[in-house]
Amino acid sequence: MRYLCLIYFDEKNLDVLSEKEYNAHVDEALDYNDELRSGGHFVASDGLLSVQSATTLRVRNGKVSITDGPFAETKEQLGGFYLIEAKDLNEAIQLASKIPSICFGCVEIRPVRELIHS
Amino acid sequence: MNQYAASNAHQMVDSLYRSDSRRVFATLIRVLGDFDLAEEALQDAFTAAVEQWPRDGVPSNPRAWLVSTGRFKAIDAMRRRARFNASLATLAEKIETDTRASGVWEDEGVEDDQLRLIFTCCHPALPAEARSALTLREVCGLTTEEIAHAFLTGPPTVAQRIVRAKSKIRDARIPYQLPSREDLPDRLDTVLQVIYLVFNEGYSASSGDSLTRPDLSREAIRLARLLYDLLPEPEVAGLLALMLLHESRRAARTSPEGDIILLENQDRSLWNRDRIAEGVALVEKALASRQIGVYTIQAAISAVHSEASSASATDWAQIVGLYDLLMRANPSPVVDLNRAVAIAMRDGPEAGLNLIDEILTRGDLADYYLAHSAKAELCRRLGRTAESRGSYERALSLARQEPERRFLERRLRELEPQLTLDNYA
Repeated sequence: MRYLCLIYFDEKNLDVLSEKEYNAHVDEALDYNDELRSGGHFVASDGLLSVQSATTLRVRNGKVSITDGPFAETKEQLGGFYLIEAKDLNEAIQLASKIPSICFGCVEIRPVRELIHS
Repeated sequence: MNQYAASNAHQMVDSLYRSDSRRVFATLIRVLGDFDLAEEALQDAFTAAVEQWPRDGVPSNPRAWLVSTGRFKAIDAMRRRARFNASLATLAEKIETDTRASGVWEDEGVEDDQLRLIFTCCHPALPAEARSALTLREVCGLTTEEIAHAFLTGPPTVAQRIVRAKSKIRDARIPYQLPSREDLPDRLDTVLQVIYLVFNEGYSASSGDSLTRPDLSREAIRLARLLYDLLPEPEVAGLLALMLLHESRRAARTSPEGDIILLENQDRSLWNRDRIAEGVALVEKALASRQIGVYTIQAAISAVHSEASSASATDWAQIVGLYDLLMRANPSPVVDLNRAVAIAMRDGPEAGLNLIDEILTRGDLADYYLAHSAKAELCRRLGRTAESRGSYERALSLARQEPERRFLERRLRELEPQLTLDNYA
């Protein structure tokens, strides 16, 4: 079963890192990708650029409306994600608890809804 | 089969339903992988037993018979419904191949099925208020109406909590398994919290006009006994002991009119000696394990009270020592307050009052009625009537339950004569 692990944190927590600290964190994240891969749990993962770069679209009556910024203004923003393969929630929790950037905020685990053509 | 044997078989089904239906249910969940399927299979299995046992005799292993009959009935029902939903046929086949009919009961897993059920119902990924409702429903077999009555909510609210929790178990795939050794302490903690919450809801109801709802306390003790049977960890013994020792005082802690009687004024001859003996033995066992947790420490405090013939004959020095230990293990303002009261009993009201004033100044317990009522009591003992009155009034403005309010009003009335003297002095 696939689970999407959404990483939320206050972007300020990243801004205060020195370049050295930031690079160390990136290395840790890439190493963890490899660890997930070798265990057969990795599907996809990425970090996101700041919410300042976000654009939100809506389509109403066939018309696209574009607004600047994230969907919701909150203190903690979506900063990255992991799509993992796990046999159940306990395994997903165990894998997600080791995502390096969890130390900046929190991780929301969402089971993926399998879409099937009817 | 003769008339006598047939009526015996009927009785056997009835008594098995009362004693073992939740155990059979726990195994059926593992076999069928779904709470609702298991519930349906359980009912079908018992219906079949009512029909067949009086006619064919009681099987040699009735529980194994119920599990394998439930499994057959579930597979059968899925196959019939597969005409409308093709995926059920695949599921039925999977269940059939994964679990051999004969092997289901002999599996090593059977003894752990109830424990699996408890850990699943108390999984930290479920909302806290759903955990207790689900545990009472699925592990203890209480009806939705009984749970709603116990928690003073409506049956639809409880039913919705249970339905949502079961959907989450299914959708997020919360596994039906025992926690790993590494996770056990944390996960066990969640289970103990659920049991203690159920107990406290019965022992000191959080709102309403009656002080206690004994059914819930009994259910919590039953659950803790079951858990201790399955998983004899020291803290399980500690929690069971704590509840037994509290429960031993039930008859003494309220008057026939439903008024609160404080520990020091209780008629100790009303304390239930059997529960005390069982509780004390469990505390001793838990303390001997050397892995001493917060429930065990609280139970030890309760045990010291239980062994004293009166409040003044209580070993307050030992109680203060145990509160010191509890403050190190699990510091909280409420523990700090209880420690202050114990110090007042050991060293006199002045010493306790200084500590309570410090706690209140920090602001943590400013809205906690027991903090103000404890301060009021110590002021009264020191003859500081005006201060005592002010604190009792503050406590009264914060107390939510009728018996608590009546108690505080009574205390205020008892201050009256001294107040008159103060006024004329």
